[in-house]
Amino acid sequence: MTNFRNHLYFLLLGALALIILPYFISSRFYIDVLTLIFFTAYLGQSWNILGGYAGQFSFGGVMFFGTGAYVSSILLTTFGFPPIFGIFLAILGGALLGLIVGYMSFRSGLKGSYFALITLAFAELLRVLANSVEFTGGGVGLFLTYAPGLSNLQFETPVGFYYFALVLMFISIAIVYWLESSRFGAQLVAIRENEDAAEALGINTLKCKIYAIMIMGAMGGAAGTFYAQKYLYLDPPIAYSIHLSVEMLLVTIVGGMGTIFGPLVGAFVLHTVNEVARHFIDTPGLSLIVYGLILIVIIGYLPNGLIGAFKKKRKKVRFYFA
Amino acid sequence: MISASLSMLPAAIINGLMYGAIYALVALGLTLIYGVLHIINFAHGAMLMLALYAAFFLFHLFNIDPYFSILIVTPCAGIFGYMIYRYGIGPLAKGKDQNILLITLGLSIIIENGALFFFSGDQQTVNLSYGFEAFDLGFMYLSYPKVISFFAALLMCAILWAAMSLTDMGRAIRAVAKERQGARLVGINVERIFAVTFGIGIACLGAAGCMMLPIFYVDPYTGNIFVLVAFTIVVLGGMGSVVGALVGGFIIGITESVGGLLLGESLGQIGISLIFILILIFRPTGLFGSKV
Repeated sequence: MTNFRNHLYFLLLGALALIILPYFISSRFYIDVLTLIFFTAYLGQSWNILGGYAGQFSFGGVMFFGTGAYVSSILLTTFGFPPIFGIFLAILGGALLGLIVGYMSFRSGLKGSYFALITLAFAELLRVLANSVEFTGGGVGLFLTYAPGLSNLQFETPVGFYYFALVLMFISIAIVYWLESSRFGAQLVAIRENEDAAEALGINTLKCKIYAIMIMGAMGGAAGTFYAQKYLYLDPPIAYSIHLSVEMLLVTIVGGMGTIFGPLVGAFVLHTVNEVARHFIDTPGLSLIVYGLILIVIIGYLPNGLIGAFKKKRKKVRFYFA
Repeated sequence: MISASLSMLPAAIINGLMYGAIYALVALGLTLIYGVLHIINFAHGAMLMLALYAAFFLFHLFNIDPYFSILIVTPCAGIFGYMIYRYGIGPLAKGKDQNILLITLGLSIIIENGALFFFSGDQQTVNLSYGFEAFDLGFMYLSYPKVISFFAALLMCAILWAAMSLTDMGRAIRAVAKERQGARLVGINVERIFAVTFGIGIACLGAAGCMMLPIFYVDPYTGNIFVLVAFTIVVLGGMGSVVGALVGGFIIGITESVGGLLLGESLGQIGISLIFILILIFRPTGLFGSKV
């Protein structure tokens, strides 16, 4: 119990540090990098729930992001619906898409590589659709107007978006914190470790997996609204880019799958590496080469990610049960 | 509009068949690797792109005809595949399905962006002296390269089939595909067979790359286009089935060109991913496969 309490103090201290951090950083560049780190960590956390806890790897996680982004943006551009409410419909849209994709693929027993590939195909399908229909703006894309204000979820300074991303990340950590101590989280872990055994124990694995992908979808939907309001432009290759799908799984795997802080650690490390690499050689593709190498090295030598490597040294026994 | 489309239907089908043979060759490599190693090579598209670049540079620097390059690129691709499995994927993955998927994903990211880094993002094509000559079929023109690639791809599939059924190595590969432990018991070096199979699968890509170069363009993202196509064919035909890869290749080739004709360029691409999803959901064993 004292251990837990220490843990909590530590956590609150870290949160407080992140909250007051902008008062000490005047550089717009660092604020933007930190915003991006929180945003990626948030998306990584959504992937972590399905991939890290339930063990279902998706290669098309971006579809929830893109769909959420389109939901709130189309509502804004066509009906003038304020994004502060639109974000909730984006969340709903993401969850609904999660329900459809999850029901269709888990229902027919797809797992492992097959599940990864079908999510990829769904994202691709949505990209082609978004490119062909008119209400998404097609290939031209959607342009949003810049009108700062809370109802638009747009801010005059980068610090505003910093707090927006920070809030999203705090929420994602709270969700996974709840997951760690809840029955539902334990059921997901049971499915990851041995699905047949979980089923035999009476867990409704289909339902659990669908709930997990719906949570992922809901979180992705909110991220879409954030992105659209920050960058004010959306087109199918951005909304359904495979690179974002890869980044979600990358930060989580690098940091540590199935851990609370894995995605944050991974996002921090990868973005730092990216910025440093860009500082020395600024050519297209280089940072992604480094990402690919890191992914392979982590899979080969640190299957539990950076957090796992750290934990293993400290408490070997606990690690095996954790 | 519709009647105009219908009159072009036979042409679209024949075009689809031409592409289908090459798709089949790409898918054959993928399905072979899956059938023996039970892994999905996510870097398949990226490696195809490398083969296209190899053929491009052989033409660009040494003026070697892409169809002649088949004899050079295919063995090199085979050795490349063998090495990369033997010393890269195999030792790193430790036999876990999802690890291999992620490692080959990492590999595809490295290859794709390595190509971007070294070769730039520009689209490259070759201009062959006979590139614009065509057979007149009465209702359509069929360019020489398409016809040559069609027959070359079929010939390559036949050679592969013969090698698999007639040689000792082919027998060993089939033995490992059927019963891994049994093959080990009778003295087959299973790890070596894995690497050889991976090499053969990549060699198929080497040949396919040379045959595609006169018809397609190449840029670092070319592989992305074909990765889902190849997976769709393999899933459609049944994972591990050689006949399935051939039939699947033709079906997808025709679907793509007829879909493009009826639905237009943009929406026409939807056919591939739609077939992929539907097959996985309703018949994950594919048309000719026996197990998932």
